[in-house]
Amino acid sequence: MTTMSSLYMYSLTVQPPSATTHAIVADFAGWGRQQILTANGSILSLLEVSRMQKGFNTIHTHDVFGIIRGLATFRLAGANKDYIIIASDSGRIATLEYMPDEKRFKPIHLETFGKSGIRRVVPGQYIAADPKGRAVMFASIEKNKLVYILNRNVEGELTISSPLEAHKPQTLVYSVCALDVAYENPIFAVLEVDYSDSEQDPTGRAYAEIEKQLVYYELDLGLNHVVRKWADTVDRTATMLFRVPGGNWGPSGVLVCGEENITYRHINQEAFRVPIPRRLGATEDPQRKRYITAGTMYTLKGGGFFWLLQSEDGDLFKVTLDLKDSRTKTNGAVRRLKIKYFDTVPVASSVCLLRSGFLYLACEVGDRHLYELERLGDDDDELVFDSDSFPADPTEDYTPAYFQPRPLVNLVLVETIDSMNPLIGCKVTNLTQEDAPQIYTISGAGARSTFRTSRNSLEVLDLVESELPQPASAVWTTKKTVDDEYDSYIVLSLSAMTLVLSIGEDVEEITDSGFLKETTTLAVQQFGEDSLLQIHPKGIRHIDANGKITDWPTPQHRTIVAAATNNRQVAIALSSGEINYFECDSDGSLAKSDDEAIMTGTVTCLGLGEVPEGRVRSDYLAVGCDDCTVRIMSLFADGAGDRLKQQSIQALTSPPSALNIMAMKDRSSHGSTLYLHVGLYSGIYIRTIMDEVTGELSETRRRFLGPKPVKLVRVSVKGDSAILALTSRPWLGYADPQNRSLTLTPLSYLPLESAWSFTSKEFTGMIGIHAQDLRIFAIDKLSTNLHQESISLAYTPRGFVRHPEHPLFYVIEADNNVLAAPTREKLIQDYAATNGSAPPLPPEDFGYPRAKGHWASCIQIVDPVTGKEVVATIELDQNEAAVSVVAVPFESQGGETFLAVGTGKDMVSSPLSFTCGYVHIYRFLDNGRSLDFIHKTKIEAPPLAMLSFKGRLLVGIGADLRIYDLGIKQLLRKTQVVGVVPTRVMDLQTQGSRIICADQRESLTYVVHKEQENRLIPFVDDTVARYTTCAAMIDYETTVGGDKFGNVWMLRCPPKVSEVADEPGGGLHLLHEKGYLGGTSNRLDLVMHFYTQDIPMAIQKIALTPGGEKVVFWAGLQGTLGVFVPFEDRKDVRMFQQLELALRTDDKPLAGRDHLAYRGYYIPVKGAIDGDLCERFLLLPNDVKQRIAASIDGNWTPSSIEGKIWNMRGLYAF
Amino acid sequence: MADKLRAQQQLEALQARYIGTGHADTTKFEWTSNIARDTFASYIGHPPVLEYIALGLGEPREKVRAQMIEKMIQPVGKPPEVQD
Repeated sequence: MTTMSSLYMYSLTVQPPSATTHAIVADFAGWGRQQILTANGSILSLLEVSRMQKGFNTIHTHDVFGIIRGLATFRLAGANKDYIIIASDSGRIATLEYMPDEKRFKPIHLETFGKSGIRRVVPGQYIAADPKGRAVMFASIEKNKLVYILNRNVEGELTISSPLEAHKPQTLVYSVCALDVAYENPIFAVLEVDYSDSEQDPTGRAYAEIEKQLVYYELDLGLNHVVRKWADTVDRTATMLFRVPGGNWGPSGVLVCGEENITYRHINQEAFRVPIPRRLGATEDPQRKRYITAGTMYTLKGGGFFWLLQSEDGDLFKVTLDLKDSRTKTNGAVRRLKIKYFDTVPVASSVCLLRSGFLYLACEVGDRHLYELERLGDDDDELVFDSDSFPADPTEDYTPAYFQPRPLVNLVLVETIDSMNPLIGCKVTNLTQEDAPQIYTISGAGARSTFRTSRNSLEVLDLVESELPQPASAVWTTKKTVDDEYDSYIVLSLSAMTLVLSIGEDVEEITDSGFLKETTTLAVQQFGEDSLLQIHPKGIRHIDANGKITDWPTPQHRTIVAAATNNRQVAIALSSGEINYFECDSDGSLAKSDDEAIMTGTVTCLGLGEVPEGRVRSDYLAVGCDDCTVRIMSLFADGAGDRLKQQSIQALTSPPSALNIMAMKDRSSHGSTLYLHVGLYSGIYIRTIMDEVTGELSETRRRFLGPKPVKLVRVSVKGDSAILALTSRPWLGYADPQNRSLTLTPLSYLPLESAWSFTSKEFTGMIGIHAQDLRIFAIDKLSTNLHQESISLAYTPRGFVRHPEHPLFYVIEADNNVLAAPTREKLIQDYAATNGSAPPLPPEDFGYPRAKGHWASCIQIVDPVTGKEVVATIELDQNEAAVSVVAVPFESQGGETFLAVGTGKDMVSSPLSFTCGYVHIYRFLDNGRSLDFIHKTKIEAPPLAMLSFKGRLLVGIGADLRIYDLGIKQLLRKTQVVGVVPTRVMDLQTQGSRIICADQRESLTYVVHKEQENRLIPFVDDTVARYTTCAAMIDYETTVGGDKFGNVWMLRCPPKVSEVADEPGGGLHLLHEKGYLGGTSNRLDLVMHFYTQDIPMAIQKIALTPGGEKVVFWAGLQGTLGVFVPFEDRKDVRMFQQLELALRTDDKPLAGRDHLAYRGYYIPVKGAIDGDLCERFLLLPNDVKQRIAASIDGNWTPSSIEGKIWNMRGLYAF
Repeated sequence: MADKLRAQQQLEALQARYIGTGHADTTKFEWTSNIARDTFASYIGHPPVLEYIALGLGEPREKVRAQMIEKMIQPVGKPPEVQD
């Protein structure tokens, strides 16, 4: 096919973005309690907070495949649930309803109003819904405002009018808010600036005199049009509006928040103004003014209301209104506005106050927090500032208000949700010699920065640990009777004996259990009503409720090698290859069946399912033989009265080591299906569907788990059955909580010899043996399969590098507009000298003291493996900020590795300026645990990229590239090339003599280093301006990279050009080649292009799974982790292409964005398949799946497509 | 003549509807202002880009957003003197 690209990649999200950009609260499910709807990147999630579960519970998530710009909620009069409106980049208004029973968002209306994409005049930036649910306003940053009337038709369905326009050209909008006017005509308050005059006035006077206006747009429901009802000048610095309750509850109007002031405004009302109090403290600048950056209004149950507004420092202020005549009527005129300090929490993008008393904080950086409101801050002794003492006119002078920040008093932190947002850097490497590599990330900002180690594993709660007298080989727990709720015994099989422990107040050894002590045990089972079974190599012991023991001995010279049991059935395999079968008699005793089966080979394992509800037996027995087969035998009498007839057989790649028949939750119509689970000696786990009637096996999922034979244990996690697979480490196989497909995740736990489920009064979980320890543990979170451990860092991380040998990382950190540590200390000492010392407030909660133009920067050595801590911190001084870091083995120093840190002095980010740059050189001491400063070299500009290159240091200085060697007093310049890229070198990569330079604006340039002449020659660059953020070489010709607008792309150098560049000699032929259109003479070819929405900050080629193929792994700013998996088979590509095509029409993105346009936002998608869209296939109803499968060329069935989708994630990622 | 008038009217309608639509006498000031305003609007509208910039500036996102709208008022300086 000529249209096929040479390479295809399958894009998958491993961890969705964790930056919450919007969050709103309402009762979307109609349950009579509130939920939180959050937008993280393109993902909508519905969260529930409950006191019972102590925290969050994600009810539903949905990828809308579009950029979510705003969320609003409304409730139609008389309805019992809230609807959702999404403003996205689709140019459409999307209204959704959440259907709790079907667990999905149901689209109600999708009305187009403008062009797609995010444009200046296409509404969608602002969205505000009338509190009575009658209208909604969509506004753009400039000019356009649309109002939709929401109503109900006779059937009670939501209807939406055609949009009414309220445009005003050359007007910028800062904020939009719907007024609370009860049932009068809906009014929308808009904060506007009209720039038309300043556009015409060359003197600049009109610009200086620009006023900001608060404008009321009234929707006249009778006349069906929007009028500009009222406009008044407000503070020039105002940026935000908050609604004031109206109708019976309050005076209506808005709070206008600007620089250091909050003003109450309403038509026909006086203005009332309070300042935003400034912080007191040794390091605080008493002149600094704050803005309000987030907030929420809250109405109390018995009437009354207040706002919690957050300043840019994170301080929450409680703002209240005093009303005249408040005793007789609540909606009287305003008497005064009051503000007081409430508490300090991290700076948030959204603050959600729930009626249940929880405060959800979608933090701008770092983990999201959930607080509980303990007090409303009514009766503390915080100073209250009211509007009586402050002039309402913003131009008048006033004395500023001050407060002393303090630890939390009114709020209590309940829970945090991990968030890697903003993620600055990421490296995937295996430092701990585990099966799979770990993901090391630097994320966060300011004092909330963290170094995180993430692993694909489930978090395990360690409950009990106790030592055994000798190593055990197996463990079981058992109840005494079938109706028992809790387990009574723990049975341990030691090297030549069996130990029985009883579970009670204490766990202690008992001898009167009836179990045969002087043997190892193969299986333990609670049998029939109230009996117990012990299967040991020499026979079966049956113990009834009265303690009466019946033994069934094995025939002479034979031993039992494998056994499988359930409450009513027992199957054993003898060393001679015979299989004997027993059932529970009516009196609870063991009855042997006359039928026997003889296997040709040795039986390695047996598997028996639980007795299905309402039946007397499980119909099939699975037999694993050492001839690499699993056979399914019938356990019911067939027409001739025979049992143990072979029904089906499956060949395997290695002898099976464990078998289990167990139903698991899945997407089938019953909600669960019977599966045969097989563990192999080679460490592979296989799950196949087993037909309950015929015993036929079909649809196989297989995955390599570890190099040791797999043991399988049936367990229950969060009420659902799951399979615990023990190999070199324990794995859990369970149904994904979202799409219910099989997920295999290792436990972040020690390797286990044996395990069993465990239920007692105190805890429910699992019991396992590790070496000589007995351990009880539990898994209570299946929602994420990425387990994170974090180490706090000092400032916003900017880059990190690994020690060449030791498992240590060197993180460079820098914070803009923050006082450096030495300055802070000096200020604190000065302050203490005059005012006495005050305990410093922790910067993690309160932030660092801010000052314009200052930088605080340091290098930290992090040990993520043994100590899990920061080993050392080296603060930088003289307003230098670290921008790049690299470890270089200098050839001139006999290959000794040094740490090079690039810094910039007095940097200003926008517009960019700086005094100069430096390169600091440090020597590693103490196995890298400390650094010795050697010297620093001044250079013209901050070096944003450095690279170790051929035993020397390659530095990108502005647009130039330079090679340095280490000298005694400073670095020595060896060679350079001026203007290698058009703007600024952001990233450098190398292989051999080839260097890849990533430009800040102009994509990649390949440079060759000619050894002979010591010359750097750029020879190929790109045609498209890509604002590159990161790049990695895939092979010698190909580079994959990401840009600032959220694209991932792959560029390849044409083979001929690549060859010519490496021709031996001084490269004169390259030097004398004529440049083409202001660049080099050759151009790169685009191989792959894909829009991810999140900004890729790190990209790497690595194998993520043990024994898996290499994939391209990328990490995005908002915390997204994703992979691109290369396809190996053309047939698969064709299938996935057609699947994508079908899904685009059959499962249209919720927000109305065209999927193909979304993934090709800037440049059409090339050579990439959206795996996240393909995985939506799993969630479709069966008939749609059938239809799609039929439409795809080449005999695909829904299950074979599902298998392919599973393989793409299961084998290459997680 | 009528055709020309109609073309003229259509152009004017376009210009009123889609700001930034140019005409034969578009000045450099108008053109660059328009691009700069589009750019800022795009920065504000794409949450990751806004976050990226806010992180670089060391300011909260909301403040950066307001600053950018502020810059949209006169993004490329004062308009030039009108020459007759």
